[in-house]
Formats: sequence, C-alpha cells, structure tokens
Amino acid sequence: MDSSTQPLDAPRQVTLGNGLRLIVQAMHTAPVASFWIWYGVGTRNEHEGITGISHWTEHMLFKGTERWPAGSADQRISREGGIFNGLTWYDFTTFYETLPVEKLALALDIESDRMLHACFQEDDVEAERTVILSERQGSENSPLFLLSEEVTSAAFRVHPYGHETIGHRCDLEAITCDDLQRHRDTYYVPNNAVIAIAGDVDVDEILDQVEKAFGDVPRAEEPPPVRSVEPPQRGERRVVVEGAGETHYCDIAYHIPAATHPDFHPLTVLNAILSGGSGFLVGRGHISNHTSRLYQALVEEEMAVDIDGSLTPTIDPGLYRLSATLWPGVDPADTEAQIEREITRLRDEQVSEQELEKARRQARALFAYSSESISNQAFWLGFSSVFADYPWFVTYLNSIEAVTADDVRRVAQTYLKPTNRTTGWYLGNGTM
Amino acid sequence: MMTTPKRSLPGPDDTHRHTLPNGLTILVRENFASPAVVVNGYLEVGAEDEPAGQHGLAGFTTDVMQRGTHRRGFNALYEEVESIGAGFGISSGTHLTSFGAKGLAEYLPVLLDILNDVLRSPSFPARQVEKVRTEIQTDLQERAHDTRRLARLAFYELAYPNDHPYHWSQMGYPDTITAITREDLTAFYETFFSPENMVIAVVGGIETEAAVEAIERIFGDWQKSRPPRTSAPPPPRLLAFKERRLTVHDKTQSNMVLGWPGPSRSHPDFIPCFVANTILGVFGMYGRLGTRVREQHGLAYYVYSRLDGGCGPGPWRIIAGLDPANVRQGIELIEDELRRLRKDPVSHDELEDTLSYLTGSLPLYLETNEGVARSLVNIERHQLGLDYLQTYAALIRAVTLEQVQDAALRWLDVDHYALAVAGPEMPASPVDTIEDDR
Repeated sequence: MDSSTQPLDAPRQVTLGNGLRLIVQAMHTAPVASFWIWYGVGTRNEHEGITGISHWTEHMLFKGTERWPAGSADQRISREGGIFNGLTWYDFTTFYETLPVEKLALALDIESDRMLHACFQEDDVEAERTVILSERQGSENSPLFLLSEEVTSAAFRVHPYGHETIGHRCDLEAITCDDLQRHRDTYYVPNNAVIAIAGDVDVDEILDQVEKAFGDVPRAEEPPPVRSVEPPQRGERRVVVEGAGETHYCDIAYHIPAATHPDFHPLTVLNAILSGGSGFLVGRGHISNHTSRLYQALVEEEMAVDIDGSLTPTIDPGLYRLSATLWPGVDPADTEAQIEREITRLRDEQVSEQELEKARRQARALFAYSSESISNQAFWLGFSSVFADYPWFVTYLNSIEAVTADDVRRVAQTYLKPTNRTTGWYLGNGTM
Repeated sequence: MMTTPKRSLPGPDDTHRHTLPNGLTILVRENFASPAVVVNGYLEVGAEDEPAGQHGLAGFTTDVMQRGTHRRGFNALYEEVESIGAGFGISSGTHLTSFGAKGLAEYLPVLLDILNDVLRSPSFPARQVEKVRTEIQTDLQERAHDTRRLARLAFYELAYPNDHPYHWSQMGYPDTITAITREDLTAFYETFFSPENMVIAVVGGIETEAAVEAIERIFGDWQKSRPPRTSAPPPPRLLAFKERRLTVHDKTQSNMVLGWPGPSRSHPDFIPCFVANTILGVFGMYGRLGTRVREQHGLAYYVYSRLDGGCGPGPWRIIAGLDPANVRQGIELIEDELRRLRKDPVSHDELEDTLSYLTGSLPLYLETNEGVARSLVNIERHQLGLDYLQTYAALIRAVTLEQVQDAALRWLDVDHYALAVAGPEMPASPVDTIEDDR
C-alpha cells in the first residue's frame, strides 16, 4: 500500500447536557460531509397492534414543520447538491444528509427542527397509509419476502424481532395519528439519539455548531426499556409457504447472540467460511462466494443455483440466516440435508488455517472498502453506536483477527444445532 | 470549516489517457486517499451482435467466460480472487460488454492479470456451460413471476419494433437459452471479443506509471479484430398508444412502466431532456411525479422517471409501483404532470433549483473510486472529452426554460406512448389482459 495513504485520526465523542451523543470523524479526502442522526427505535420497540409504526413514523417525519414545510427540506438539500433520506430497521431509525461540506449547517438546521417541531396531521397520516401499504404490497410480490417473514415469525415467539420492519397489514390499516404522535414523542428525543458526522470538517468547530443547534432541545423522559427476552428454543421449528412460480427456496435461521457478545465475531468468521465473506459488513462491498463451503457443496453439486448467508449486528439476540434458491427439480429435503452435512462438519472438525486466513483477508479488504467513503464512515460510526458503541467498528478487525479455529468450532457447536433452528421452504406451485 | 486544499474535478491535467496500437484506450487517475483500486472498462461487443434468434447469447457467453480459463479452472480462479478479498465481473449489454474489478491497491497486477485471463483465454468448460444454462433458466422462471421485471420486459417489446435490438431481452428467453450450444458460445467469443475500441480505466491508490505499465504489459500484446458492425436501425418513434396488461396471480402490487424511445447520449436534445427528466421525476423526492402521485395523493410507494441516453435511443421511462385499485388514477396523474411540463414553462426558481442540484451533486458522485472510474469510462464511450467534468457545470447552466419545454414537447407525447402494467387482476378493469398490436 502506498505510504501516502494516511490513517484517520480517532473519532471524537461527546454527550450534550440533554443526553444527545455525538461522534465526529474528520476525513479530508473530498469536500463533502455526511450527517446521520440515529434514534434508538425500530422493530425492537414495537408490539402486536402497532407493528410497523417506527417505519411509518420515519415517513411522517418527512411531512415537514412550520419552518420546513413538506418537500422544502429535500428540495433545498437537492439544490445544494446533496442527498437526503431515512431508513428504519430492527434497532434504529436514521435520517441522513450528505452534502458539500460548506452546506453542512443545513443538515443541522433541518434535523434539529425536525426533532423539535414535527407535527403529524390526520390527512397526512391517511395519505401515507396507502403509501406504506403499497410498500408492503411490493414486498409481498417477492416469494423470498413471504418466506423470510414466515421464518422470522416462527423463530421468535416472544421478541419483537419476530415481525418485519414494514409491519403487519392489519396494523398498517389500523394505526392512528394519535398512535404515531405518541410514538414520536416517546422515542424521537435527544436522550435516545446519536449523531455521527464524517467529512472534511474542523472537529472543534462542528462540535460547537451541533451544541448550538441541538443543545436547547429539552431532554425527555427515558424511553421504556424493551422487556421481551426470547426464551431458548427447545426444538426445531418448520414452516412451509406455497405460492406462484416454479422455483423453490430454502431459508434456515439459527438464534445467535447480540452484536456485543464475544461469540459474534467468531460467528462472523464462521459465516465467511461457510457461505462467503460479504456478510462481514452488511451491504458495504461484495466478494463472490464461489470458494465457500456451501457454494461448493450446493451450487457445484447442482443442488442450488445460489446460496447466501448473513448475520446482522443487533442489540438483542438475532438470527444467523442461510438462504438457498434451489436447483430445478431438486427436493428441498435433499438441499437441506446437504446444508446440515456442512454444518455438522463445522461442529465436528476444526476449520483449516488457510480458511481462517482467507476470512481475515476478506475482512481486511471489506473493512477498507467500508471506510473509504465519507458516507460509509459516518454510517458505520452511527450504526455501531446503536447496537454497541463506535469502538465496536473501530476495533472490528482486531476482533476478527483474534478468532481461532477453536472459537469457530465452539460457536458452531453452541448455536448451529438443530434444536436452535427454524427451517422454511417456499414451494412454487407452478401457477402463473 | 474547510481545512484542506480540495482535489479538483478529474480533468486532462490529472488523468492519464493514451491508446495502444491494438486499439485499447487506457485511463488512469490516482487517489491516494483510498487504500483500494477500481478497474472499470468495456469491450465493443454486445447483444446487438447476436445472430438472429439467439437472444441471450452475449450474456450467456460472458457468464461462462467467468467460469474458467485455459490457465485457471473455476476453483483456482475464484480461490485467487476471493483469498485477497477482491472481486471482478463481466456483464453484457446491448452495445458493449462491461468489466470491472475491485481490490486493495497492492493487488492491481493480480486483478489485471485475472481480467486479462477471462477476457482473452476463457475455456468454456462443458460442465460450466450447462450449469450456467440452468442458472439462467431458473432466473427466467423467477422473471416469469416478477411483476417489476415483467412490466419492464413488456415495455421494451411495446416501445421498440421487433427489428430493433432493444425490443429483445438481453437475458434471452427459455427457448433461446435451451437452444444455444457450447459451439455457439465459443464462436460468438472468437468472432467478437477484441481489444478494438476497448477502454480500461484504473482509479485508486496506485501511481499512474505503475498502472499504465501493468496494463500495457498485460493487455498490450492482444492483437485481434472483430467484424465491423452493421449500421444501427433508425431510432423508432411511437405513432400509437400501445398498452399491455399482464395478470400475475398471487401478487398484491401492480408494477408499471410508461414511456417512449428517448434520445441517445449524442443527440443534441439529450442535455435539455436530462434536465427535463430531473424536474419530472428525480429532483428532491422523485420530482414532480413524486410530489403529486406519492406525497399529495398517497398512491404509490415509488414513482420516478429515468432517461437512459446510452449509445442508442434508450428509453425515457416513468416507473411506479401501485395498488392495483390505484393504477388508473396513477396513470391519470402521471399524464397530467406530463401535460403540465409540455404546456407551462417551468418557473425560473424550479429550473434554478434543478440546475443547482445537477451541478452541485458532482462532488458527491465523484467521492468514490467507483464514481470517478464510471465517469471516465462514460466520457470515453461518448467521446465527451477529458475536460467534460470541468465544463459540465457550464453545459448544464446553459439550459434554458424554452429548451426544457421544447424537450417535453418533442419527446413526451401524451397521446402516443407505451404502457406496460403487471400485477394482480385490476378491479373494475374491462379486460384483464390486453395485448399490443404485434
């Protein structure tokens, strides 16, 4: 690597008097800055009757305020050459603006105004109801969504991770404006938020600006803790979904611990060996998985046309998932048995040093790709602060390097056992 | 707040460009802020070179080319790439075949060697040919139930006559994929893959001299030519309203594509159309269409417009996902916005917002190696000149209100367009499947 590639200074973290946390990373690689505000609310904070409310609240927070009426913020950001959006997942709702650095103050203004002054109107709620239902309908058109929803739901019988972020249709038809307003007042508050900024900024100057923009937002009551704890699974669960099409799919989910648990990184390395390295850092870079054990066992042996593995870092224990698109005419039971043979190998035999080293090299490369863009850097500092703290991301490679063959075998024996598994099949019934 | 001297937009001063005697053009730009390197480029071969009736042959060929070479079998090839955390790929389009790779900068020679190997000495292993055939057939089975892909496919069939290459699916069809032989693949490869008019761009943490030396050493001795292309068919023009509705059971959303054949990138109308498209369905939250259809009426989760503007008359499309009950109203609102863009001049403020967005977003787009490499390849492909990114703002700023309205009048014909809808049966629809006039 060329010596002129400079390592980054450590990020700076402060907490304002109202509980709002802030992490700033200076990156002088492009005249750009990326601002992300993360609220600690998502699927995890919902229950039956209001599933999907966090995602819907995210949509409602684009409906404007007195100072920034609907549409004006995104038009202003666009006019300045920036991008602006929001997303909701298991543990968080985030809004972000990436802009030419001299326009960063705009992001602070829009987000502090949105935190304080967003007001939901009945007619906006009704207009958005059909948009959200349409979003769910788009997902329902995909067999993989239908299967994934059933598997997730079967895997969790207590914890709210068991429903999709989009929510149940019945809840989306019933949630009221008051429900949304209450949800907003409870969770979208400074003491339940973290701001991550990366870019071509002076750190001291940006800390002052954030203090000015957000420091006067009053601290609210602490959001209620999530009480649900998923009890240990005591036997395999199975679901079958039937639907249109000729293609069959298989989706297998194992309960795994939270991102902060010491076993999370060994499971990450296990996944790289079993199904490929791209699962290392969600959605940030891609490496093919043709030399992974499951590709060799399933695709090379003509039992599947595609195999994918993933684990998502979450606050509470989540799932490790394996998803296969079956080779035409292959019995799902045979594909499943082949997957189980490979899992058994992981439980019974140590992985080789070469496989471990390949996983580490893939991690190093993907980590470099994840960190090179300003938006990605801000994303990871904020995201890791939601489920752990930002050193989780900064020390990620050290954690991966420390994983041994014994660790991989141990976590395979602990988590990848049939009694901890939910298996789902989507059977295409051949109809158009 | 700004603390460092800014890197200028890529231009002739900091981008190396030269063409080898074999026709390969090399572009290199250093970016030592990045530990990685990106390779991006294309060869002049694509679906338009396929013999009649062999739809999907070009894509099938590039898929198998990545499954083994005379020097590296499938496993050896991917062991080498995956063990260094790198990735590579080739994909076929209508006019060009694109290739790319990404890895840590120290591995650039390895990446170039692998790309060279798959581009110049693929072995087309018989077993891999059959595996790829099954993978494509499975994907085609999935397509047959995918409302988004079905709507797109039907749109192209309606908007382009069957003697135009855009009429046909690049992926092919179950019968054409079944009929293609290994000999067809090797013959297509031997005939059309050549370094003539090939472009390769390298961007990242690597010195220019080292990158140029590696490319010349690895690709410089490739001597091969391909048959000249026949002249392209004339750009089609829709002279009638064409509609196709496909009922796909067991679905809950309808997907819609509405549009026309559009201007090519080299057409004089392209830049005004590009600005008009940004106003219509891009700016902010999907432009005027997003504001009207999604925000004001809540009819769709997504609705946007897209202008392709490639080597040929790529489409200008409006794409939406709608509740089946809302399809008719959604189309009415879209037509209404089209009429407004044609009838009423855009306000000075709206044009100013749009031009500011198009010029101001350039630094974000060029923040990554991928963005710069894509831009350099695009500039070369359309012969825009290495100073294009530096003159881009002036080019965009020169677009007038009259040009935007004129673009809408010339290209967005509200009476003559192609409409494809795929989804569950529509309530209150007089018929559930309407075929076009083929």
